[in-house]
Amino acid sequence: MNSFAAFMTKEFYHILRDRRSAMILFGMPIIQLLLFGYAIRNEIQTVRIAIIDQSHDRITEAITDKLLSSGHFVLVDTFSSDDAIEEGFKSGEITEAIVFEAGFGRRFVREQETSVQIITDGSNPNLARIVLSYTTAVFMDYRASLLQGDEEGKGIAAETLMLFNPELKSVYLFVPGLITVILMLVSALMTSISITREKETGTMEVLLVSSLRPYQIIIGKVVPYLMLSFINVVTVLIIARFVFGVPCRGSVTLLLLESLLFILTALSLGIFISTITSSQQVAMMISLGGLLLPTVMLSGFIFPVSSMPLPLQIISTLIPARWFLVIVRGIMLKGTGIVYFWQETLVLASMTLALGILSIRKFSIRLT
Amino acid sequence: MRTIVFLLRKEFLQIFRNKGMLPIMFIMPFIQLIILSNAATFDVKNVQFSLIDKDRSVLSDLFAEHVGSSPYFTLTSGSMSDQQAFNAILEGRDKLSIVIPEDFEKDLYRYAQAKVQLMIDAEDGYSAGIIQAYTREIIESFNGTIISQRLLAPGTRTLTESPQVGNIRIISSSWFNPELDYIDFMVPGILVILVTMIGLFLSAMNIVREKEAGTIEQINVTPVKRYQFITGKLLPFWIIGLGELTVGLFIARVLFDVPMLGSYPLIYAVASIYLLVVLGMGMLISTVTETQQQAMFIAWFFMVIFVLMSGLFTTIESMPVWAQNLTLLNPVRFFVDIMRRIMLKGSGIQHIARETTGLAVYAVIMLSVAVNRYKKTSG
Repeated sequence: MNSFAAFMTKEFYHILRDRRSAMILFGMPIIQLLLFGYAIRNEIQTVRIAIIDQSHDRITEAITDKLLSSGHFVLVDTFSSDDAIEEGFKSGEITEAIVFEAGFGRRFVREQETSVQIITDGSNPNLARIVLSYTTAVFMDYRASLLQGDEEGKGIAAETLMLFNPELKSVYLFVPGLITVILMLVSALMTSISITREKETGTMEVLLVSSLRPYQIIIGKVVPYLMLSFINVVTVLIIARFVFGVPCRGSVTLLLLESLLFILTALSLGIFISTITSSQQVAMMISLGGLLLPTVMLSGFIFPVSSMPLPLQIISTLIPARWFLVIVRGIMLKGTGIVYFWQETLVLASMTLALGILSIRKFSIRLT
Repeated sequence: MRTIVFLLRKEFLQIFRNKGMLPIMFIMPFIQLIILSNAATFDVKNVQFSLIDKDRSVLSDLFAEHVGSSPYFTLTSGSMSDQQAFNAILEGRDKLSIVIPEDFEKDLYRYAQAKVQLMIDAEDGYSAGIIQAYTREIIESFNGTIISQRLLAPGTRTLTESPQVGNIRIISSSWFNPELDYIDFMVPGILVILVTMIGLFLSAMNIVREKEAGTIEQINVTPVKRYQFITGKLLPFWIIGLGELTVGLFIARVLFDVPMLGSYPLIYAVASIYLLVVLGMGMLISTVTETQQQAMFIAWFFMVIFVLMSGLFTTIESMPVWAQNLTLLNPVRFFVDIMRRIMLKGSGIQHIARETTGLAVYAVIMLSVAVNRYKKTSG
């Protein structure tokens, strides 16, 4: 036990001695969370549009004003031909073109029926959808403003209650997601080369002839990183709360405990990668190149898992971040307790246990 | 020139000798491309909902049926208490709960208006907005049905259809991708990320590895010139990068049927410049770090920023202006954009001239800084 403590202390010093790495480890998550927390949004800020007004009357001008004063739309040009619109799309100058038909206003008043063409750049489907819905809303608002509050007799009306996030802030969605993704990647990255490095530099032999048992070596490698990661967790949660104003409606203690479990899963994954690879380079490529996109894309951080095709939903169950995301959002936004996500917790715990056992066994095999 | 050929041969041998690395370089990216391209969709499908009908009348039945027939929605339960419905949302089983209050039918007959209550899980505000839009659509079409079928008893006030004011017919169309298919959008973008990762990580770890292993000393004492050494280091990754791009484009065409409206030579021309930026960055990282671990952390740090701020997942247009400006330093942003434009819109050189010039300038800066940082003397 004494040699174990000494080994752990040594590992600790080893991490802290490398000032540069330590700075990166603590600095990176903070910078990333601050940057992305402010930058990643779903609400469209500015849409560059072209308006082709073949009518130029009171009504088209009123609608144009309404569009431009909504703050979302910036008029880039008033093209006249379809070719010019296409050029505008191809060079990325505009994302939407609005074409008022000739005699728009006259037809609106006299014939009670007029039409407008809204052309979006479908090469970005998401943007196209949002832009179309914003524009449609402006047109509908204009029409409604002429209807002069005829509230009665409209049939069924919906009374909507938006639970947990009444203002539909995307920051509430993204900050817990960012916490998950950043912690996952940083943690796995940290341990992924810890054992391979020993193999590569030849210090592995020293470990092998020591009196340490395989599990002690693994634990000795993980624990210092676990403590460092915990500091990361606390910092990140403080930023979430006080910089981005994301509430924590559930128990903070529970959140910290669950975070600790999740980090442990990520660290075990890193250790596991480290035991199955033979060079630092391979280990890094797996943890850098193999984890980044799957974690971002399959965890539900940006794209809802329930909308994915079934095979991908199944693959996503292998992504630890997917489970933790449910837990963080549950505690922070919904204020739920362990009874609501004991299954997710169990999955993370089992993953950790499995990865730990596999690592120790893989490591023992190398001993013989 | 001969020196460079020898160096190249040595580097290539080194790359191909590393058996553990080969599958990671040549298989992992494409598996990711094939799998992950399907993951990205902002569509909201299979919305699980519960419905509580407190009225149990003919009209409320009709309404419930109307909601249930929506292709977006899947009914999980029809008889619950309000609390149970709330709990189902809390547990994440349901996303929506619809409550039809008592007197629903009576109100509709008497006042020609009635209310339904919606509880939406707004944890994900974006999806919640879409779910709300879906329900609004359903309710409007239901209103249309009861008006047109004159289901309301005679003598009551009829529902008024939009009076006096004309109708604005909105004809919407999406060019370049009329079906708004996400695959076409994602494949070029993910391909760029994969090529970038391979290029950046490999070059970032390359020189620092020699530092760590001590072999850099050996090279430093040989009469190899600086530019020869660097060409020998970067050219293999440049070739590998273009090779990966080729396989990726092939997969995009054959497997995903992503259109290719522009020209392949143009893509390769831009990619050649782009890879220089990436490799220059990697090399710079390599020269400023001491251990592979540090190089890895820094490469990772920038890669995450590049990916999340490239417009690949969330559009640049939705970022605050300062962040939009910041993305001008992100080479990935440019190449993702250029690839999508060439492939999906058939943009030509005249449309992407500005971005390409930007990348070229970037490449020159990166490479010269990196070359300057690398000194043949150690310590």
